[in-house]
Amino acid sequence: MKMTGAEIVIRSLQEEGVRFVFGYPGGAVLHIYDALFQINQAEPEREIRHVLVRHEQAAVHAADGYARATGEVGVALVTSGPGATNAVTGIATAYMDSIPVVILSGQVPTPVIGQDAFQEVDTVGITRPCVKHNFLVKSVDQLAETIKKAFHIARTGRPGPVLIDIPKDVTAQLAEFHYPKSLAMRSYNPVVKGHPGQIRKAANALLKAKRPMIYTGGGVILGNAAPELRALVKKLGYPIVQTLMGLGAFPGSDRQFLGMPGMHGTYEANMALHYCDVLLAVGARFDDRVVGNVDHFLQEPRTIIHIDVDPSSISKRVPVDIPIVGDVKAVLADLLAALEALDETPDQAALSSWWEQIEAWRARKCLAYTNSSEVIKPQFVIEKLWEVTKGEAIITSDVGQHQMWAAQYYRFDAPRRWLNSGGLGTMGVGLPYAMGAKLAFPEMPVVCVTGEASIQMCIQELSTCKQFRLPIKIVNLNNRYLGMVRQWQELFYSGRYSESYMDSLPDFAALARSYGHVGIRVDRPSDVEAALREAFTTHRDELVFLDFQIDPRENVYPMVQGGKGLTEMILGAEEL
Amino acid sequence: MRHVIALLVENESGALSRIAGLFSARGYNIESLTVAPTEDPTLSRMTIVTTGSDEVIEQITKQLNKLIDTVKVTDISEAPHIERELMMVKVRATGADREEMKRLADIFRARIIDVTDTTYVIELTGNQGKLDAFLAAITPGLILETVRSGVCGIARGERILKA
Repeated sequence: MKMTGAEIVIRSLQEEGVRFVFGYPGGAVLHIYDALFQINQAEPEREIRHVLVRHEQAAVHAADGYARATGEVGVALVTSGPGATNAVTGIATAYMDSIPVVILSGQVPTPVIGQDAFQEVDTVGITRPCVKHNFLVKSVDQLAETIKKAFHIARTGRPGPVLIDIPKDVTAQLAEFHYPKSLAMRSYNPVVKGHPGQIRKAANALLKAKRPMIYTGGGVILGNAAPELRALVKKLGYPIVQTLMGLGAFPGSDRQFLGMPGMHGTYEANMALHYCDVLLAVGARFDDRVVGNVDHFLQEPRTIIHIDVDPSSISKRVPVDIPIVGDVKAVLADLLAALEALDETPDQAALSSWWEQIEAWRARKCLAYTNSSEVIKPQFVIEKLWEVTKGEAIITSDVGQHQMWAAQYYRFDAPRRWLNSGGLGTMGVGLPYAMGAKLAFPEMPVVCVTGEASIQMCIQELSTCKQFRLPIKIVNLNNRYLGMVRQWQELFYSGRYSESYMDSLPDFAALARSYGHVGIRVDRPSDVEAALREAFTTHRDELVFLDFQIDPRENVYPMVQGGKGLTEMILGAEEL
Repeated sequence: MRHVIALLVENESGALSRIAGLFSARGYNIESLTVAPTEDPTLSRMTIVTTGSDEVIEQITKQLNKLIDTVKVTDISEAPHIERELMMVKVRATGADREEMKRLADIFRARIIDVTDTTYVIELTGNQGKLDAFLAAITPGLILETVRSGVCGIARGERILKA
């Protein structure tokens, strides 16, 4: 039986097992929305739930958040022109963090492409640098196979966003629907198994280490390799650091975890990363925010083993001695087997003196802060949040000081519980990420840790949260400043606070109430815990906006300044 | 260091802009780029001449490989290979210069492929050095127009780039 291109789109999404589509209708996608309506009505048991956002940026962020929380491909649907351009920030955010998302964008009909038609933009051209791949579907006959390819490309290898641009006339054309069962692409075959010889070399190097270090990133979470990583770290007894994107793959409350490395990493993490002699990097990319000054990092000799699914991540910023290209889950399993086969154990004497050194670094207690009974300290709010949620919530954040405090003080014990924009650093992701996570896991507490500046970048989504009854808890660390900008201006611009103070802020609690939610303003440290408990008990089934008035002068420490080496940290204000 | 990278890509619209975009987005040099379909019309072959340190060239080949449309990438300048470029030069050919141009074309084994009372179009194939030498040999004022194809390259012997 023939069906329209629009029906083919919806049927293909069904074939992919899609449960949610985040989107916003418009002229070029009206056929698709009509097909969604009709098919959902005819087959309520196979419903693809459409979540109507209030801005297309949030559609992609929410699909991205859903993907981060579940590991499945997130799906967004936007119209042509401004629908597509609004989606670009979301797409670039997903691209930088390698998140599998499929974006369907409407396009003007093929006969008028290139004629500056109403709501026409070269979507494929605009998004090309920030997608893993994109397609313009020129004929309905290619539609189903293109969608199949898009999902395959998005979720395999190093994942990433894939955009499909669909002209309106293609969604009206008729074709037979055959969803391909499998795909063969001669130009795209990501490596899964690591090279056995390289894995043996890595196992040998790890066992010979005197000062070993394991450094993991978002790739471990994307590759669902947390169990293998835990087994490896436990087997070896080595210390581990996890990047901002990698938190939770190994339990944050375990003694072997030294914290996050890098610009706002812990003292022990940065010192150990710098002074180790064998470094096993897994699904991490030696980002500038992680290794600081590369030349300084390379002054200290060490053997680097690097496991990554993307060959271009290896030796990109730091030369690697033992590269292993492959899926992290498969490679870690093989590495464990290789270690078993070697029948050797690590040098225990060397290892215990290395741990002694690490404990001495840890004893500096770099995350200690001076609490106050007068003014709310942001670190205190996060610690209380951890207590109240027993460390089991899904935490999303926006970008800035609050993001770093959440990463430092909320100990993530499981993967996919910490969703934030690490690569692109997109303010505004927190609330839509929370929406995606809450839809995926309605029974789990989902908290958006944000600031008064970030939250305003997607605050319109409070309306979406009301429509879809998403009882997210928003923890607004309100310091009336663009906090991270203010911190840099204080430290590096002699306190010239150029445009970092936000005058005329709304009454967030009242604003939340006007959207139909619960709004609570908290001014005193003594009220912090009670307010949090109220949000999770009395208002369990409601969205609660907690507006914490925090100390506007608080800075994020430790800090490695841009251009400095990892060992050149500022541990606190007293060192300035 | 100068490198000649040969690649096979799916003959899809947009493949060229993906590659050109990659070079500009990552700040890689591009000296010349040629592209045309192969004997298999679903594949295009490109030759890219670029310069960079070993690390940069390694990244270029990895990044090219990462593109979904890329089927094969090889740095053919790593081993014996042949480079050729086609050039057409339109020159002023009047008076004594007319005979001189003919002689010069013969010396370089070039061919005159268009003749008018006042001009010749001379076709010349060779490596970049030969083409440059030919242009240097012509009195500058006599060159009216030049067009060069950019470099095409192929490995010698049994090294074969195939999908």
